[in-house]
Amino acid sequence: MKRLGFYAGLILVAGYCLAPVLWQLITSLRPAPELTALPPLLPSRVTAEHYAAVFAGHPFGRIILNSLIVSAGATLIALGFGSATAFALAKLRAKGQAVILGIVLATSMFPPIATVSPLYIVVNALGLRDTLIALVIVYAGLALPLAVWVLTNFMRQVPDELYAAARVDGATPLQAFYRVMLPLSAPGLVATGLLVFILSWNEFLYALTFTATTRSRTIPVGIALFPGLHEIPWGEIAAASLVVTLPIVLLVLLFQRRIVEGLTAGAVKG
Amino acid sequence: MIMSLRALAAKPAAFLAPAAVMLAAVTVYPILYVLWLSLQRHSLIAGPASFVGFDNFARLIGDGRFWNALANTVYFTALSVAGELMLGLVIALLLAHAFRGYGTMRAITLLPWAIPTVVAARMWEWMYNGDFGVINYLLGTDVNWLGSPVWAIHAAIAMDIWKSTPFVALLLLAGRLAIATDLYQAARLDGAGPWALFRYVTLPLLRPLIFIVLIFRTIDAFRVFDAIYVLTGGGPANTTETVSIYAYKVLFQGLEFGYGSALAAAVFVCVAAITAVYVWLLRRSLA
Repeated sequence: MKRLGFYAGLILVAGYCLAPVLWQLITSLRPAPELTALPPLLPSRVTAEHYAAVFAGHPFGRIILNSLIVSAGATLIALGFGSATAFALAKLRAKGQAVILGIVLATSMFPPIATVSPLYIVVNALGLRDTLIALVIVYAGLALPLAVWVLTNFMRQVPDELYAAARVDGATPLQAFYRVMLPLSAPGLVATGLLVFILSWNEFLYALTFTATTRSRTIPVGIALFPGLHEIPWGEIAAASLVVTLPIVLLVLLFQRRIVEGLTAGAVKG
Repeated sequence: MIMSLRALAAKPAAFLAPAAVMLAAVTVYPILYVLWLSLQRHSLIAGPASFVGFDNFARLIGDGRFWNALANTVYFTALSVAGELMLGLVIALLLAHAFRGYGTMRAITLLPWAIPTVVAARMWEWMYNGDFGVINYLLGTDVNWLGSPVWAIHAAIAMDIWKSTPFVALLLLAGRLAIATDLYQAARLDGAGPWALFRYVTLPLLRPLIFIVLIFRTIDAFRVFDAIYVLTGGGPANTTETVSIYAYKVLFQGLEFGYGSALAAAVFVCVAAITAVYVWLLRRSLA
């Protein structure tokens, strides 16, 4: 009986988390005339017309490519700079560690709305408006605090002896960093990389203000400003939403353990 | 054999420099710049900028729309975070049991967190639709959720709770699983029932983590922008306009960078104050 209640609870939680996504899936497959008819909950037939329209009528492929480039670029930079900082903090005994980590954490709390107007002015002045490079740099900077925080926690777990042994064998600090520390912190790099990628994939405010055309528009902007001629094209929006959610769903299914590790690395131990 | 790390210490500055330069450029410099902008009359359409001291903040004090936005933001934050904490705690305790399919269940729970907020807001916007929305259909109601001055903010809160509860649940779940099982066994031997276990073992040991989760979520909810932008744009009649949304409109629709920066700086000051209060409370509860 108790077991039954437990499983009922699980089903309830799963249903709550999945229902909006499932409804969007049903909407995306519903023939256009049936979008404005409820009931029935399920469409009379399944159609791919909305999916076809998303790619035929809009430069949606380009927008997805933009998001991929921006997210991958930001992830690489954040991992590179973040792991170097984490290494200095965890193994090089950099002075004032607590202060540095404190400052890093504080910068992550800055509200985006407070930094968006100065950055907009700078981006404009540098002629970087409507370019992918502006978003890559800003996202990498935004994700750095998270990367430093999580990677420092992971690198602290690598035994000091392994680093010391590499140095005694004649490795320079740089060699010890990329030959010993980086491979040993691979799980941390994966966890951090996933978090940074997802954050960049989802960011909206900077993308909204720094981009002007499909040359640099990313997915959240594309979805938010989805063009409608006379009325809102719900079927196409649903189809587009699902297309851009799919990569995230795959990442979550494949790497859920790593993602949760990354999410909790800072909070639970710190 | 093993030398001390101190003896091996190289120059850490070289490893710290890239991140330091980037953080300075992308976060520290803009924050200082926005404070400087907030002291100027700086319009992108009307002539060169001029220093006006605290004029923008005087205007802000007398601006009813700012106070309305602040009240909306506080209301949104309080209800969202309270809902997320309660629901997240329930889900965390539920998932803390050993069962088959734990990994799948955790992935399902993670999904709302991972979906872009803009996409999630579009999903909910469609479900909230007054004419063809599934929520009206299931409830048997006929409400224009996002067009109603009473319901719109609550609709946004419900969406935020759905989107952010997974974060809370998964952090608390990790904290709950880190509690040693012998503590529970010992308490059970002493005759503790499920409620006593929760009240005297789980809750006290989770308290520091609950504080951390509260800090993260409160700060995040207070900066809310994406969800409101898509769901209502601040309407109807400014009943869902948060400070971030108002600041955005002044900055990028009104192109008033001086006053808009003052509004943005106000968000920054509020977030800093919230953090300070939480840290003070955390210190006090640990002492």
